[in-house]
Amino acid sequence: MNSYQVLSYWDLIAASLFLILNAVFSITLNLGLAKTLIVSALRMSVQLFLVGLILKAIFLSGSLIWTLLAAIIMVGFAGHEIWARQDRRLKGLWGPGLGAGVMLVCGSLITIYGLAGQIRPDPVWQPQYSLPLFGMILGNTMNGVSLGLDTLHTSIAKGKRDVEAQLLLGRSRWEATRPATRQALRAGFTPIINSMAATGVVSLPGLMSGQILSGVDPQQAVKYQLLIMFLIGGSTGLGVIGATFCSLWRLTDTRHRLRLDRLSGGST
Amino acid sequence: MLTVDQLQTPLIGPISFVLDGGSCATVSGPSGAGKSLLLRALSDLDDSSGTISLGGKTKEAHTAPEWRRKVAYVPAESGWWTDNVQDHFQDTPNLAQLLDTVGLPDALAWQVSRLSTGERQRLALVRALQLNPQVLLLDEPTSALDPVSVSAIETLLKSRISSGDAILLVTHDQDQPVRMNAVNYHMASGKLTLQETTRAAQ
Repeated sequence: MNSYQVLSYWDLIAASLFLILNAVFSITLNLGLAKTLIVSALRMSVQLFLVGLILKAIFLSGSLIWTLLAAIIMVGFAGHEIWARQDRRLKGLWGPGLGAGVMLVCGSLITIYGLAGQIRPDPVWQPQYSLPLFGMILGNTMNGVSLGLDTLHTSIAKGKRDVEAQLLLGRSRWEATRPATRQALRAGFTPIINSMAATGVVSLPGLMSGQILSGVDPQQAVKYQLLIMFLIGGSTGLGVIGATFCSLWRLTDTRHRLRLDRLSGGST
Repeated sequence: MLTVDQLQTPLIGPISFVLDGGSCATVSGPSGAGKSLLLRALSDLDDSSGTISLGGKTKEAHTAPEWRRKVAYVPAESGWWTDNVQDHFQDTPNLAQLLDTVGLPDALAWQVSRLSTGERQRLALVRALQLNPQVLLLDEPTSALDPVSVSAIETLLKSRISSGDAILLVTHDQDQPVRMNAVNYHMASGKLTLQETTRAAQ
């Protein structure tokens, strides 16, 4: 594992040369992109350096409590991101709570399954394995869940009349919302299906590229990548289905009424 | 048959009335008086307090889908959840005859997007009649129809009434209560009052 070429800070500055060149082009061509480009590049640098420091500290401490704390903070950010990406959201604690709850349940379940069942580090929660794995699973599940919920809420709010038409024909809340549910599940599953289809042909996945760059045998790196993709696919699917049905349950009641009063208004 | 006692929601009520089997009642009144909200509450689409019962059995003693199949509500603007008209109908034996009665025998092959407002109104009524409801709650069922279609729909409704169904009809047509031989209620600011004048005019 230690056959990789060590990078210095000067290497990083040299690598950013072309990015800086882009900023210069933007200024000369008056594109107005220079500021955002530089700010986001700086922001990324600061975030990653901080994460690197924090991870190093957690790895050195080898403490279960610090590992769990980091995982909980990650769930919090993911939950907030899901909430922020929806145009219409569930009101009250349900808004941020649903996303974070689903992330916590599905993300932890799949991560623990992958760690204890297949990767088997010792101890099983060893942060070098558990935190990056949890992060990748959370990131992808978060994308799926936020797309699924956003689609569900928009299609139910705009299609209120269509849902109620089916309710009025004596159908249950689950039957009446089926068209919206299908749209939501499809939207939530699309990114993971697309990335599975394109993986290896269009792009080498980041994890695999990283391992190959750091000297791991490509076949071994492929196995790791597949393992991760299967875990991510499983977690995204569970997350999207779980979040969609929880939200539907909240947006209807036991008398099979549509409860749009529990959904905030959208911008469109 | 349909007994409503002290029905109240945050926006309308309290409202009490009795609708007998084989009878028709009309509700008229200005826009925003709460006529559609009354029908929504009666079909249990909106929560309400008070008691509503059908043949002595309360709304709560039915599951909501059971209740809505017995007390069928056809809103003024109907919902269509797929592109084909056919997908919105069950395959019941009386379907062809019902479509024929409302003057749309070929409608099943059509696309929802090319339906006119009047065609939607009539098809939504057919869809509800397929449930064989005991009570029909109709929100302006003939507002977008030509006189010939209006009289076809009224004939259809009268035949339902004579076979024992009850109909509650929201209408802006002043002559409709008389043509339907209906008890006429007036609704304003969420309250329902009996219009004696219409009865006298009969």
